[in-house]
Amino acid sequence: MTGPLLSVRDLRTTFPTPNGPARAVDGVSFDIAPRETVGLVGESGCGKSVTSLSILRLIQPPGRIEAGSRIAFEGTELLTLDERRMRAIRGARISMIFQEPMAALNPVFTVGDQIAEVARVHTTASRREAWSRAVEMMRLTGISDPADRARQYPHELSGGMRQRVMIAMALMMSPPLLIADEPTTALDVTIQAQILELLRELQQRVGMSILLITHDLGVVAETASRVLVMYAGEVVEEAHVHMLFEAPHHPYTEGLLAAVPRLGEARERLRVIPGTVPAATAWPTGCRFHDRCPYAWDRCVAEHPPLYQIGVGQWSRCHLAEEPERRVAHRATSATGIAGSSTARDV
Amino acid sequence: MFSWLLAALLIGGVCWGAARWRVAPAAHPGPWRTAMTRFRSQGPAMASVYLLVALVVVTALAPWLVSFAPTDTLIAASEQAPTLTHPFGTDFAGRDVLSRVLYGGQVSLPVAFLSVLLAATIGTAYGAAAGLASERVDGIMMRLIDAVLAIPRLFLLIAVLAIWGNPSVPMLILLLGLTGWFGVSRIVRAEVRALRGEEWMMAADALGASRRRTLWRHVLPNVLSPVIVAATLGVGNIVLLEAALGYLGIGVQPPTPSWGNIIQDGAQALFTVWWMFVFPGLAIVLTAMSFNIAGDALRDALDPRQVGQR
Repeated sequence: MTGPLLSVRDLRTTFPTPNGPARAVDGVSFDIAPRETVGLVGESGCGKSVTSLSILRLIQPPGRIEAGSRIAFEGTELLTLDERRMRAIRGARISMIFQEPMAALNPVFTVGDQIAEVARVHTTASRREAWSRAVEMMRLTGISDPADRARQYPHELSGGMRQRVMIAMALMMSPPLLIADEPTTALDVTIQAQILELLRELQQRVGMSILLITHDLGVVAETASRVLVMYAGEVVEEAHVHMLFEAPHHPYTEGLLAAVPRLGEARERLRVIPGTVPAATAWPTGCRFHDRCPYAWDRCVAEHPPLYQIGVGQWSRCHLAEEPERRVAHRATSATGIAGSSTARDV
Repeated sequence: MFSWLLAALLIGGVCWGAARWRVAPAAHPGPWRTAMTRFRSQGPAMASVYLLVALVVVTALAPWLVSFAPTDTLIAASEQAPTLTHPFGTDFAGRDVLSRVLYGGQVSLPVAFLSVLLAATIGTAYGAAAGLASERVDGIMMRLIDAVLAIPRLFLLIAVLAIWGNPSVPMLILLLGLTGWFGVSRIVRAEVRALRGEEWMMAADALGASRRRTLWRHVLPNVLSPVIVAATLGVGNIVLLEAALGYLGIGVQPPTPSWGNIIQDGAQALFTVWWMFVFPGLAIVLTAMSFNIAGDALRDALDPRQVGQR
């Protein structure tokens, strides 16, 4: 296939609240190519998870995907599909793994039962066939003694094991697209590395694409080839992973990278981006990041920036693309001392 | 005399069997197994289960245990105090009270079981439907329940039976079942609402499970334990309620004996014919108490917060 596997255009997902509609995802567009790993990063509340749930059409009412949004998967428009055909896609063509595997597993069934259920839902496999396929999947995900483990209940397994079970469930039908929503956040660092390695290995074997949702830039650097940075319901920067780390353009991306502690760098305190993500019911006017941005000037308050192309495969939703001299000027003033940073904030 | 020996042997045998009965220890005990192990470790609960099993067996075997039919009238021997031939005495018509109590159990117990089964089924279906429905529909369904619950159940039954008159036993079961499911539906609805927030419900959707499959595989097994507890406690209640209706003369109609109407038969001379209310009363109290104790123990055993304890 030459075209993208998944193509999201102008996705808008809103939730009605007493304070007016919360525009959790507000005009997001991106593509995922076959066998590609795309990272989706951003702080909590910026719309990452809502984006992924929208792709699977799992937004709970009263939340809804607005008309005009388009999600094409393998050439099929998902948003107009009837529920029965959508169900045939969920779990078989697009799978999802969740952040907290303990919460995502039904406590009253054995894990083998739950993995086998996927085959029972999507194929005509008998109970016995489904079970043996489940055990085989558990072996593939690196679970030792899978035949024995399959008969255990979720609470009897460790966090890493449970996440492997979730992965086994998600990959049972060898889906072309896997959405991994913070797959390693709830795990120990050593287990994190193992799970990421496992995902990479299975990706090679199955030949699938991964949409990796995370707030951890370390995870992105290790696994993704392309990165989408989300802020306040919008994609604010899109770039290849190397470019993003070497030459981030959007001030929000800069801030995220600066907040990551680096080895061998002596720092009294971790740097943070001041403030928090604003409420989805009232995004700031103009650039949604302007109230937290060190470079912001009057244009940022007045004018909502489009996605400017910065270079090959790099886009940024920041007016600095048109007025790059401001970044240089800001750096010069902030280097002179405290006065610099305060003027930058006041403008 | 022979019948008493048989009864004693039977009760003893059942208790012995139940005490010896053991589930083979599983390598990975599931939640149900764990709960059963916890339940079985509670002395009073097991005692009440043995008692109930014995009661059911004895009433079921009534034809072989008693030498008088419940409707045999021995006019010469009316209103006799307990003797060896009539261990529970006789009533005003000279009918053997022991026989009537045992045969009465054949009516009272199935009435209780079946009406609770009906109530639990309707309540679970209604509650699950409301729990899975949209906010609006759920609101309407639950306000309806609030409205019906505002009418006392006994009052409602008396009103209906006063209009209807002389209900047959199946009719009585239907009536008790249809007026008994409101509480269960509230419990189930609350459980389902809570389950909807669970991530694994979302995960089941994400894997492509259909609504019906989600309901059967994921919702019902998880709401079953509160329903079982409510139903167990409910049986005790229905036994009392049925007795109350029988006593008021609007329950099971004579000459068919039930625990309630036997007491009614002796109500005119309560203080002289004490055996007329002591023995059926004992049957009622023991049954209701046993179901309550067992229900409470089940509640403790099935409580997920107690996983790992005991």
